[in-house]
Amino acid sequence: MAAHLSYGRVNLNVLREAVRRELREFLDKCAGSKAIVWDEYLTGPFGLIAQYSLLKEHEVEKMFTLKGSRLPAADVKNIIFFVRPRLELMDIIADNVLSEDRRGPARDFHILFVPRRSLLCEQRLKDLGVLGSFIHREEYSLDLIPFDGDLLSMESEGAFRECYLDGDQTSLYHAAKGLMTLQALYGTIPQIFGKGECARQVANMMIRMKREFTGSQNSVFPVFDNLLLLDRNVDLLTPLATQLTYEGLIDELYGIQNTSEDFFDKLTVEQEFMSGIDTDKVNSYIEDCIAQKHPLIKVLRLICLQSVCNSGLKQKVLDYYKREILQTYGYEHMLSLHNLEKAGLLKLQTGGRNNYPTIRKTLRLWMDDVNEQNPTDISYVYSGYAPLSVRLAQLLSRPGWRSIEEVLRMLPGPHFEERQPLPTGLQKKRQPGENRVTLVFFLGGVTFAEIAALRFLSQLEDGGTEYVIATTKLVNGSSWLEALMESPL
Amino acid sequence: MRTGGSGSAKLSPAACGGGLLCTAWPPPAPAMDCYTANWNPLGDSAFYRKYELYSMDWDLKEELRDCLVAAAPYGGPIALLRNPWRKEKAASVRPVLDIYSASGMPLASLLWKSGPVVALGWSAEEELLCVQEDGAVLVYGLHGDFRRHFSMGNEVLQNRVLDARIFHTEFGSGVAILTGAYRFTLSANVGDLKLRRMPEVPGLQSAPSCWTTLCQDRVAHILLAVGPDLYLLDHATCSTVTPPGLAPGVSSFLQMAVSFTYRHLALFTDTGYIWMGTTSLKEKLCEFNCNIRAPPKQMVWCSRPRSKERAVVVAWEKRLMVVGDAPESIQFVLDEDSYLVPELDGVRIFSRSTHEFLHEVPVASEEIFKIASMAPGALLLEAQKEYEKESQKADEYLREIQELGELTQAVQQCIEAAGHEHRPDMQKSLLRAASFGKCFLDRFPPDSFVRMCQDLRVLNAVRDYHIGIPLTYSQYKQLTIQVLLDRLVLRRLYPLAIQICEYLRLPEVQGVSRILAHWACYKVQQKDVSDEDVARAINQKLGDTPGVSYSDIAARAYGCGRTELAIKLLEYEPRSGEQVPLLLKMKRSKLALNKAIESGDTDLVFTVLLHLKNELNRGDFFMTLRNQPMALSLYRQYCKHQELETLKDLYNQDDNHQELGSFHVRASYMAEERIEGRVAALQTAADAFYKAKNEFAAKATEDQMRLLRLQRRLEDELGGQFLDLSLHDTVTTLILGGHNKRAEQLARDFRIPDKRLWWLKLTALANLEDWEELEKFSKSKKSPIGYLPFVEICMKQHNKYEAKKYAARVGPEQKVKALLLVGDVAQAADVAIEHRNEAELSLVLSHCTGATDGATADKIQRARAQAQKK
Repeated sequence: MAAHLSYGRVNLNVLREAVRRELREFLDKCAGSKAIVWDEYLTGPFGLIAQYSLLKEHEVEKMFTLKGSRLPAADVKNIIFFVRPRLELMDIIADNVLSEDRRGPARDFHILFVPRRSLLCEQRLKDLGVLGSFIHREEYSLDLIPFDGDLLSMESEGAFRECYLDGDQTSLYHAAKGLMTLQALYGTIPQIFGKGECARQVANMMIRMKREFTGSQNSVFPVFDNLLLLDRNVDLLTPLATQLTYEGLIDELYGIQNTSEDFFDKLTVEQEFMSGIDTDKVNSYIEDCIAQKHPLIKVLRLICLQSVCNSGLKQKVLDYYKREILQTYGYEHMLSLHNLEKAGLLKLQTGGRNNYPTIRKTLRLWMDDVNEQNPTDISYVYSGYAPLSVRLAQLLSRPGWRSIEEVLRMLPGPHFEERQPLPTGLQKKRQPGENRVTLVFFLGGVTFAEIAALRFLSQLEDGGTEYVIATTKLVNGSSWLEALMESPL
Repeated sequence: MRTGGSGSAKLSPAACGGGLLCTAWPPPAPAMDCYTANWNPLGDSAFYRKYELYSMDWDLKEELRDCLVAAAPYGGPIALLRNPWRKEKAASVRPVLDIYSASGMPLASLLWKSGPVVALGWSAEEELLCVQEDGAVLVYGLHGDFRRHFSMGNEVLQNRVLDARIFHTEFGSGVAILTGAYRFTLSANVGDLKLRRMPEVPGLQSAPSCWTTLCQDRVAHILLAVGPDLYLLDHATCSTVTPPGLAPGVSSFLQMAVSFTYRHLALFTDTGYIWMGTTSLKEKLCEFNCNIRAPPKQMVWCSRPRSKERAVVVAWEKRLMVVGDAPESIQFVLDEDSYLVPELDGVRIFSRSTHEFLHEVPVASEEIFKIASMAPGALLLEAQKEYEKESQKADEYLREIQELGELTQAVQQCIEAAGHEHRPDMQKSLLRAASFGKCFLDRFPPDSFVRMCQDLRVLNAVRDYHIGIPLTYSQYKQLTIQVLLDRLVLRRLYPLAIQICEYLRLPEVQGVSRILAHWACYKVQQKDVSDEDVARAINQKLGDTPGVSYSDIAARAYGCGRTELAIKLLEYEPRSGEQVPLLLKMKRSKLALNKAIESGDTDLVFTVLLHLKNELNRGDFFMTLRNQPMALSLYRQYCKHQELETLKDLYNQDDNHQELGSFHVRASYMAEERIEGRVAALQTAADAFYKAKNEFAAKATEDQMRLLRLQRRLEDELGGQFLDLSLHDTVTTLILGGHNKRAEQLARDFRIPDKRLWWLKLTALANLEDWEELEKFSKSKKSPIGYLPFVEICMKQHNKYEAKKYAARVGPEQKVKALLLVGDVAQAADVAIEHRNEAELSLVLSHCTGATDGATADKIQRARAQAQKK
């Protein structure tokens, strides 16, 4: 039992126990002593659901990192590869298996694909002549990993980049699968809302997957009332701003040495942008940061923030910033700049119209009087700025999105609502004063400040809704932008 | 020795009356006359009875003795193949293979066109295995449909197969053969064919007189008899074995029989002696001397699970004998050529005109029907009969049972005995008695009664001669309802199977859906019906029935060569993971691609893409991609990691100049070592950017080419490392190297903005600690970045002296900040007071630390107080 997962309205320990059970069952299939060869990327996520002691109880005696050529010597009966379904990893596995075969006594090889088995990878193993060497080839559907009593993450770093730069929806498919697993454990979620292109796709996949399972009628009483799917690109602004909650600040400042004064200057500039001051010309603070070669990520974060708060920059301003960056930090950043443009974080203002002020006013994104000691509004998490994403969630629960149709149309991607009918026996009869439970799924990442804002809403006495948060990855502006960078050097 | 049975001359003494009815009390009832007439006692404790299952209506063309015969256990089908080869006649007439149900209904008849057959046998899946002399095993379905064939090994080709056995183990059905070289080969599971050649028996010069397969510790063995010796073969060794307590004088074994569960073994010797013991040959159970020296035609075990009685049935041409642990045997006369089929709980015996079942009478039946039985069940049965006659004796009997407190037991006995009755009228009267008894019990759980009613209804339905599966209750329970349903499906008895599922209320996925799916698989094989009609008929009947796999049905259709029908059926399949691989197999890759994309499962899309790539020529492949944006992006990702050149071609095809540009930018860093190559790659990139109308990128790329050439020249002329530095860092490096003129020139050439150039120089000179040059620079003209940065950088280098110089020149707006930086709190305070700026005042105040600044702090507080007064 992990106590920190069971305090919330929804007991996420149920999910944790389910995935642990699945892991134990797999390990027991490979009878005898075992060594696990890890795709390094997976050790983090696995650490959250199973300690070494669990593995040890199931006769795991050695653990190695997946690397080319030979495996370290280990006197075990089974060698199990825990890997993501990636072609390049299959090549390494084949290498390992072939050199192990030459070494001597036969071992039993197995593969556990996380989170999904892949025909493509199995074909590659076949082409490399090792597919037959594996006794068990299975998948381990570790999609959503419980982090906290109200927080689930897929820990998929590349999700945003894959969706918006590469046109690769793999992580969306996994998200949909994860939501199906969640529904199998916590009941069908009767209403799905969404905003954004990716949200639409995940909802479509869920509906399709439900049809695939017509055989098994879900008879679990629903725990969640609503699911809200939100594309990160509906709200590019929030992660760019510096988070000012406790957890958020730690996340932002970890590993960064900033003089407090500079930090203050930066915040001032951010707040000016967010409240709509001087967003359409070259900002001298940014200029000075470039001239002093401050970390590129910091500079890009500010420029992107300015671009988003101005619905794009004028050609002259954009070109000036880009030229300054290429001259100062090197021409190779051309590729990264192009990526930011593709993702819509940097863009040219088209039609000369800036929608941001309308959005800001309608959604009350900027609050001048913030009480940080006894907050009354979510804007305290950014000292004045109310995260757009969370505002959308808040307005959905009360009074409903119909009141903000116009603004929703200004934000990218479709907004929609789907119902998943429940058999009469499973329909909820709400007690007076009983809160609804909404699962908010951030496709492309969520920040600690957004989490704090949703928790704040959950705790409001007359809020009426409690939130559980799911995401592809926990991010801050820097880690998020870094995932979009590309360096050919 | 007693004789008995229907065909015999005398009746056994036990059969003279009829159960309870022969005795004075309770009084006889006419309907029950001679119920135990066919009961034959063996020893003191057991009765055996033989009753008719079916009168056979089959039109046998040959005598059974002229045929190879195979009858499947659990009331399975019977196969007959007239054996022309054994008679050493020229095989000019091709024999016919006939398959019948156990009730003699013809299921299939086909001309045997293959080679000579040595043995027939049914697998656990009711497939007919025909072992040929050449070692080939041909497998047929119940309806005579050829399924597949396999070989028992190359060695057999030369030596031929002399004899073969089909046997059943927990792993499945096995085949064992004896070759002309007197060697055994076996496969324990024909579903997963692994041939095992058994070790040689030393000095074996002729075929064994008899042999059998055994199964011990989950391993198949062979037991064979040669003269007076018995040999046991396992996969590695051949050992001689001796049955304990075997009577002396044996010079040859004529028959051996292993029980249904492989636990017991019986041996028939040339002295007419039968030894019965455990298969392990460690224990003797009993022996019997029948004084018949003629080799029996068949010998099989006849025992009931959980019964202590052990008996074997031995058949000669005209005689059938049941022997066990009793001084006398039961004998029957065989009027006809008969064949024995061992079952779990008895023996079936069929001949040209009849099909009978011989078994030990179960305990519950014996208790109720045995002469003079006072068992509670017997009394309850009587009570109920009296009740029906409205006789008050009913009450007497009932009271009798109740007084003994045995009513529950009585009901249970009647329910159990009903299960063992073959005739529905007997089942009914027993169940009626049970139901009657239940009325006088407060808490009798109803499920055993209800379940027995259900089970009997199912059993009576399948025992009907149209269906012809004469299962006993024990066999049915062992077989399970699931397997029974499978067997009905195998016989294409879909409506009955569905009725049973519905009657038993089985979950759809295990029951009705599964049967409908089987029906559909059969349906697609009907070639005279059009694709449309079949697809429609199937969808009408199956709809969205949970658990039906349309892809399985489609696969079957494809297997019958009906690709179009398969595609139509796949349209009904909701699971893309099932749809796509089959479409690929049917070479409908483009359709497969559509389905894969719809599913959102990128792995499926990749799989189809790689298929398409091999299947289509490059041009067609690219065209296909062009219409599928999602597939195209995925393929690009694949190429990025696996086939860079293809990526370029893809961009070219789409006139995606922006991406082409980026591609060449990447190439300029990765592929090219020489500076000329890098510049050339960048030139291509710049051209692409122009085509993409991305003027900024084109110009920046041209600048980079210029910079690269220049950096190369700098390296040549000045030495040191310049390549791959940014413009900014190049200029900095020049200044640090003392090449100020060149730095200036470069800044001008590339139009570095003044402000940044000042920052750059300032930083570089401070790093050099060239304070003199810095001062000169600061005075070259008015600083575009002010003088605060000068103060900051000097302080960073811990040079307060220099910093103070610049602090003096800082403009009024930043004066306070500058003074604080150089530590001049007092003066900072003066300036702030002069400015009357509250923010500045608090800033200074926050810098007032320790005793030294005490006066300053007071001064500020006073100034503040004064400001407030005004």
